[in-house]
Amino acid sequence: MNSPEPVNTMTTRPSLLEPGKNLKKRYRTDLWFQRIGITAIFLSLAFIALLFFQIISEGYTAFIQTNILLEVEFSEQAFAKENLATADYPGLIKKSLTDTFPEVKSRNGKKLLFSLVSSGAAYKLQEMVEANPKIIGTRQKMWVAAASDVDMLMKNKIDRKAPEENRRLMDNQLAWLDILKSQGRLEKQFNQTFFTTGDSREPELAGILGGVKGTALTLFITLTLAFPIGVAAAIYLEEFAPQNHWTDLIEVNINNLAAVPSIIFGLLGLAIFINFFGLPRSTPIVGGLVLALMALPTIIIAGRASLKSVPPSIREAALGIGASKMQTITHHVLPLAMPGMLTGAIIGMAHALGETAPLLMIGMVAFIVDIPGAITDPAAVLPVQIYLWADSPERGFTEKTSAAIIILLAFLMTMNSLAIYLRKKFEIKW
Amino acid sequence: MIYPSIIPCILVLAAGVYLLGLRRAEKVAALSGGLREMHSLPTHYGVFAALCCALPALFLLAIWMVSEEKIVTHMISGNLPAEYLKLPANKLSLVINEVKNIAFGGFTATSGNPAIEQAAAAYVAHLHATRNIVSIVVLFCCIVPAWFSLRSITKDLRARNLVEGAARILLIGCAGVAILTTIGIVFSVLFESLRFFQSVPLADFLFGLKWSPQIAMRADQAGSSGAFGAVPVFIGTFLIAAIAMMVAIPIGLLSAIYLSEYAGASFRNWAKPTLEILAGIPTVVYGFFAALTVAPLIRDIGTVLGLTVSSESALAAGLIMGIMIIPFVSSLSDDVIHAVPQSMRDGSLALGATRFETISNVIIPAALPGIVGSILLAVSRAVGETMIVVMAAGLSANLSFNPLTAVTTVTVQIVTLLVGDQEFDSPKTLAAFALGLLLFVFTLVLNFIALRVVRRYREHYE
Repeated sequence: MNSPEPVNTMTTRPSLLEPGKNLKKRYRTDLWFQRIGITAIFLSLAFIALLFFQIISEGYTAFIQTNILLEVEFSEQAFAKENLATADYPGLIKKSLTDTFPEVKSRNGKKLLFSLVSSGAAYKLQEMVEANPKIIGTRQKMWVAAASDVDMLMKNKIDRKAPEENRRLMDNQLAWLDILKSQGRLEKQFNQTFFTTGDSREPELAGILGGVKGTALTLFITLTLAFPIGVAAAIYLEEFAPQNHWTDLIEVNINNLAAVPSIIFGLLGLAIFINFFGLPRSTPIVGGLVLALMALPTIIIAGRASLKSVPPSIREAALGIGASKMQTITHHVLPLAMPGMLTGAIIGMAHALGETAPLLMIGMVAFIVDIPGAITDPAAVLPVQIYLWADSPERGFTEKTSAAIIILLAFLMTMNSLAIYLRKKFEIKW
Repeated sequence: MIYPSIIPCILVLAAGVYLLGLRRAEKVAALSGGLREMHSLPTHYGVFAALCCALPALFLLAIWMVSEEKIVTHMISGNLPAEYLKLPANKLSLVINEVKNIAFGGFTATSGNPAIEQAAAAYVAHLHATRNIVSIVVLFCCIVPAWFSLRSITKDLRARNLVEGAARILLIGCAGVAILTTIGIVFSVLFESLRFFQSVPLADFLFGLKWSPQIAMRADQAGSSGAFGAVPVFIGTFLIAAIAMMVAIPIGLLSAIYLSEYAGASFRNWAKPTLEILAGIPTVVYGFFAALTVAPLIRDIGTVLGLTVSSESALAAGLIMGIMIIPFVSSLSDDVIHAVPQSMRDGSLALGATRFETISNVIIPAALPGIVGSILLAVSRAVGETMIVVMAAGLSANLSFNPLTAVTTVTVQIVTLLVGDQEFDSPKTLAAFALGLLLFVFTLVLNFIALRVVRRYREHYE
């Protein structure tokens, strides 16, 4: 107002209809910014691709396992004692190996030879004999698991050209393996062990079944607790709750709980469920309880959103013909809102499936070999199994970790696709 | 002998009573001139009778289950030999634990001790006797109210209102679980933290510069005191979170801006869900990737450049955490950018501004509070993230701002202090709860501010 300056600047510009001198520059800036934006997106996408490539290329080899064909003689004198469980099964394997390579005489050489076969092979023999005692006295050809180092060699994860002292396998071991291979007695086969056993200290014997079952039991508890409670809470807050301070408090609470770090829920589980109520540690029941509390906010928020999307006309119509409020909700509103609630529940479950930190707090990191059968058995869950294997120094566990991650991601993708499918299929446009 | 199956028993009884109630309501209806004369539907009467049958019994049973151990322990502890009764409280509880172990078939060191064997036998006997009594009382509490409720079914009984009232109380209870959870969190971390602050002063904890919580086994051992100065832990946490935000803010924000302002509908439709995959990958997977791939890569690059990089560098953990957080920043910012009214965009473009000028001069300033809120939420996520840092960051607390060294974080310390054997009287274990309390309060304040900012911002444009 005080200065006449604007008038002067107006006169320096020729016309609004003619492009300014720096128009090109302005458009170039715009273009650059656009390029930076798309680079940012492609950086993230490239990372996803890299992650998946790395995990899959590292992990797919775990689904096959190197096996050795052995000819084992179940001699009568080895089973002289009544009890089949006390027979010297490792001895049978050793005998079979020394029969194959009779030239190995030295103590050290034999030790190296025996270390080619997994220690789990003896258990396999025991299972065979216990299942069918008639094989005593016969010679049987059978495939047994090779040791992890042999497996790694066959999968080209050990460099055989490295100097001998830097290698896990000695020169003579390599020579024996080459002989076995040329005889067709060393083969890579589908790894059944991985899908049928629990954890183990030996990479070639470790399996995922314990983790999968532990996860299933834990998520079962989570779902049976969190879904009904979440739906009920959503119904109360959306349909019944009066607008007062209490309702506000609950709402603020739920929003904050959704953002509390998961490890804090672990502390809650440790202090309340284990120390105060004395529930057993490392069990799916405690894990399920903790994860249910974590999943609850997600389910409540999704449930409220889907109740909100049911148009009021439905409620008014039901109330108009004499239904009570509860009947209106249970007979009309809830069935219409159910697909949305289920979608929310599945997404909450998917989060719970990948959760690790709170389970570490309640002792689910124990080394557990047995496959859990009940919710009060000590169990590991899939993500914790991944964490445990990732911490193991053996080379063989790296591929197991990646394979377990592949399985975990497969479960997650199935759940998320199910959620998307449900949403697409039952989505109602009012 | 009924005790193990008492809950199924109650449920079966309640189901039977439901059917009886239904039948009786129909009979009453037939006598008083058809269903129209009744206040409620027959199912309401049935459910009403079933609730009368099950609720008191279940309530009683719950009370018993909570107090069973105390009552039975009290019954046997009177009969223990006098020398045990003179023991101090914590020793006595050890003896009683032993008794329980033997009673439930476990083996302990002193299971030859006749006094304890005897007490164990008494424990089992008392347990059985009281459980039998309780079973009978509970079943009685099932049948009597059920009988009265069946008798009370008339055409004027307001069964629907009663049943719906009960259902409503159940709904309120479920909504209250959220509050109970918060109370549970506060109490569980607060009480243990208070015990911790009894042995370590608050000021030492908050401002101490040395963190080495491993307390020696013997008092005369060197370094037996342990140091609980949490400053190095905080600095490590913020260092890693800062690196993460340096990755997540630019990438997340630029992605959000590109997707909402430049991208076409088809690109947006596939790029947005694909970005969300990052949020769905479990953190343990990120941790594995950081420890196995990224950390060695950074170390190798550092060696080429002539730098000494720790194999558990803050940089590796921070980078991967930043990538994990990108979708939080981008989807929240996307929401707030979308909430900026279209008229503001149109106005700016109509004045001749390019899209970049519109974004930088109109949209960003308008969306700034919302963006700040979303960044605050992302920060709280980064500070509370556990698995990535547990697997890729260090364990020892270094007071360092150098991203190439190994630092530790609050969550890593909580995990290392609490995983494994715990004794709940050593400051070492309790320190984890003190760290947990700080983490909880910090993230709570951050979330509270962020949610408030975002909400106020949304209201501003709606």
